[in-house]
Amino acid sequence: MSHHIVEVKHLQHTYPDGTIAIKDVSFRITHGESVAIIGANGAGKSTLLQHLNGCLEASSGQIRIGDTLLSKGTLPDIRRTVGMVFQYPDDQLFMPSVFEDVAFGPLNLGLTDDEVVLRVRDALERVGAGHLTAKPPYHLSGGEKKRVAIASVLAMSPDILVMDEPTSGLDPFARRQLMALLREFQHTKIFTSHDLDMVLELCQRTIVLHEGVIMADGPTGEIFLNDALLAACRLEKPFSMQGCPVCAGRNGTEKTLQHT
Amino acid sequence: MISINAAVIDLKRLELLADLDSPIHRLDARAKVLVTLVFIISVASFGRYELARLLPFFIFPVAIAALANLPPFYLIRKTLLISPFILMIGMFNPVFDHTVLYQIGQTEISGGWISLASLFIRSLLTVGAAFILVGTTGFTAVCQALERLGVPQIFAVQLLFLHRYLFVLADETGRASRARELRSCGRRGLGTVSFGSLAGHLLLRTWQRAERIHGAMLARGFIGRFHAHRRGYFGGSELCFVVGWSLLCLSLRTFDITTTLGTLLTGVFP
Ligand SMILES: Nc1ncnc2c1ncn2[C@@H]1O[C@H](COP(=O)(O)OP(=O)(O)OP(=O)(O)O)[C@@H](O)[C@H]1O
Ligand SMILES: [Mg+2]
Repeated sequence: MSHHIVEVKHLQHTYPDGTIAIKDVSFRITHGESVAIIGANGAGKSTLLQHLNGCLEASSGQIRIGDTLLSKGTLPDIRRTVGMVFQYPDDQLFMPSVFEDVAFGPLNLGLTDDEVVLRVRDALERVGAGHLTAKPPYHLSGGEKKRVAIASVLAMSPDILVMDEPTSGLDPFARRQLMALLREFQHTKIFTSHDLDMVLELCQRTIVLHEGVIMADGPTGEIFLNDALLAACRLEKPFSMQGCPVCAGRNGTEKTLQHT
Repeated sequence: MISINAAVIDLKRLELLADLDSPIHRLDARAKVLVTLVFIISVASFGRYELARLLPFFIFPVAIAALANLPPFYLIRKTLLISPFILMIGMFNPVFDHTVLYQIGQTEISGGWISLASLFIRSLLTVGAAFILVGTTGFTAVCQALERLGVPQIFAVQLLFLHRYLFVLADETGRASRARELRSCGRRGLGTVSFGSLAGHLLLRTWQRAERIHGAMLARGFIGRFHAHRRGYFGGSELCFVVGWSLLCLSLRTFDITTTLGTLLTGVFP
């Protein structure tokens, strides 16, 4: 299916205040790939992702989802295809109750009431938020909000899943649950994260972004072995590749402490 | 400024009341919107010196709130919140209007005071009815009902956005003032100067946030139409509800029940 291809060509984005957040970014992600976009704070990850469903408009460059060029006319279709979880769940939850919020997308897809109820329940179950159905979103904890925000996107069954730091703020169990869920998701998925262990576990491919430019794009394993590259981009190896601090003795301990 | 936060949460509580289940909640939104409109028009169309004839109208909010299990004190508190605004509007009535309307012993009651009291009661009734409508129906459903009753879609959606924006504004205000309070160490911060920049900042922040929320709505397939999950069906009970309450409101509006009842009672017990 050429349906789930994401192609970005010479993308550039300048914010109204003159900040150039993305400078000439190009990549092509094919069907079923699982790709991580990593980089330091302010590298432009969120800015890049928000282009993929047209929340931000490119200053120049092209984006193609499947066979469709992203433009004003094709936006509704593209938004149906690309499900997007934003970095801040507060921006994503706006209905008076969790149920209504998760139901918002499916209702817009024109599903019948029964289907909507099924989808909402299923999506909330999958992120472990089934008990929150009746609560108002603003009474949830940070991680609960995040889970509901993820459910609200899952409920639309998108073909391409785009997530901005999906595991930030989640407790270890919820993080595992989400990772299992992502592993299950067969279609194309793209996410940014500072959780490099998750990246190592879930993504065959990683794109390293630094100050709006792609510094590397390749197999995750190789990228995490390139110390010079990681240092230059304010990154480091995932903890699982750093060796056990307790077993490795003093050196290792210091190294880990430094980074926590 | 915790009070701002508290006020917002309180307002949101009204929204949550709509999720309760009661015979009133189950009625089609259109029926409730229609009856509330008839009620508001009947109450608002009384003359400015009318007082006694307004009192029987309290039966509507009281009956609906009771049937719908809405918390009475919460509603009363919310409704009374608007009294400063009414007083501001009606403040000058007693000053300018000295026509003596009633005389109780030595005290003369001028038309100004009567019209102020009348304005007050009419406002309480109409605002209370509007709150009860939202509390039994939900704002989204009210807007949808308006649309299905023939109001152009664009107005209904505008109304909804306005309502949402109010929450965003209140939310951001609460956060910003909390941040300011925490760092002004119990003093007044930098006084009016910091308040001015706070207000400007707030406008930009709410704007941005509203834009991001709009983005999230678009991302989930929003195309200018809201869906409520309680599907409406205008059936027999709705018809009875509308006809019954409208008849009551209209007859209270046209016939002077208070005086009739008064004469009847005084006639029976002289
Ligand atoms: N609305 C805006 N106006 C101006 N500049 C902005 C705006 N939003 C972000 N920026 C700038 O664009 C750059 C990229 O920001 P972006 O949010 O994409 O970073 P990020 O990689 O997601 O970082 P993080 O890991 O902290 O989430 C930053 O330098 C930031 O200051
Ligand atoms: Mg970001």
